[in-house]
Amino acid sequence: MDKAKFFKMALTLVTIAILSAFVLAWVNGLTKEPIQKAKDARELQAIAEVVGEFDNNPFAEKMTIYTPDKKAKLTFYPARKNGKITSFAVKTFSNNGFGGRLELIAGFYINGAVKNFKVTDHKETPGLGTKVSEDAFRSQFDGFNPKRRIFKVRQDGGEIDAVTAATISSRAVVDAIQRAIDAYNHFKTGK
Amino acid sequence: MDKTSLENLTRGLIRENPTFVMLLGMCPTLGVTTSAANGLGMGLATLFVLMLSNMAISLVKNLIPDMVRIPSFIVIIAAFVTVVDMLMAAYLPGLHAALGIFIPLIVVNCIILGRAEAFASKHNVWQSLLDAVGMGVGFSCALTLLGSVREILGSGSLFGHSFVGEGADTMLLFIMPPGAFLALAGLIITVNRLRGVK
Repeated sequence: MDKAKFFKMALTLVTIAILSAFVLAWVNGLTKEPIQKAKDARELQAIAEVVGEFDNNPFAEKMTIYTPDKKAKLTFYPARKNGKITSFAVKTFSNNGFGGRLELIAGFYINGAVKNFKVTDHKETPGLGTKVSEDAFRSQFDGFNPKRRIFKVRQDGGEIDAVTAATISSRAVVDAIQRAIDAYNHFKTGK
Repeated sequence: MDKTSLENLTRGLIRENPTFVMLLGMCPTLGVTTSAANGLGMGLATLFVLMLSNMAISLVKNLIPDMVRIPSFIVIIAAFVTVVDMLMAAYLPGLHAALGIFIPLIVVNCIILGRAEAFASKHNVWQSLLDAVGMGVGFSCALTLLGSVREILGSGSLFGHSFVGEGADTMLLFIMPPGAFLALAGLIITVNRLRGVK
């Protein structure tokens, strides 16, 4: 192959790569803010779904809390009404879902009882494991106080009715919420 | 519109439909079509990339030496796909979350490189655009159709509108991966029968 031809090939590829890089940099600058905004809006909406009434921005007041063994880092969102924390949400996870990691945002009353939860990311089986997001399963968590009752699925000797044919997914939800409770208690006493 | 243009525009719709006849781009086809909306979204994203890449490649085809044309095409396609990926994340976050990893994977969708290599690198911009529209619309229709069949059978709904009661037993198999193969096979048989292929 002669030199001029080789040079032209290299030049063409380099030019295309540089032009593409410029276009991407430009679009990246253009969309950076809207992407972050969309992400925040989705999270704020999930928080609003699981906590009680609030008039602050829980997202702006988020804090990082740790489980007692320091292994997991969770996010804590206080929901205030007239300046006082009335309920709060914790972004938590479990690695024991049927499809691996399951992420959810759990809402709690100020006395530590569970209020609600919303699964934000999962790989559970459609139609079976995903039923943990349906009211039939979710409603039993409202007002459930893990200090007074055994917070485990019935198969493990607890008081939560697992979704039929989706015990593992149900267990993962309980595990994730338990992690949030542990981290919250650790955060409260550690202060 | 003259006969050649019309022919280039309509070729992808049925006669050389990328999904049902050429069987190209099977990875996103099988992967994202769990609902009609996902199928349509993926189809439109692909249509958009295909239009941009076909036009761009047709414009620069004479500047690119033959031996480096494939890497050049791929870089151009990858740039357009990344642009679409970022725009969707910014302005259509819901759809972006549903399509997930399949958006970046449009880069390796053989329809795009296939049309670049087989058509755009040999024809002018206008004809390449017509070809892209035809192929893209054909792909979108196929994905929407496949998504609809899977959603109706698997979730008892269409475009999110449920027509069975909550908790009804639907054929879950169809929204899981094996169901994608079954539904696609059924549709290919139907389309080939209608086309008169024995």
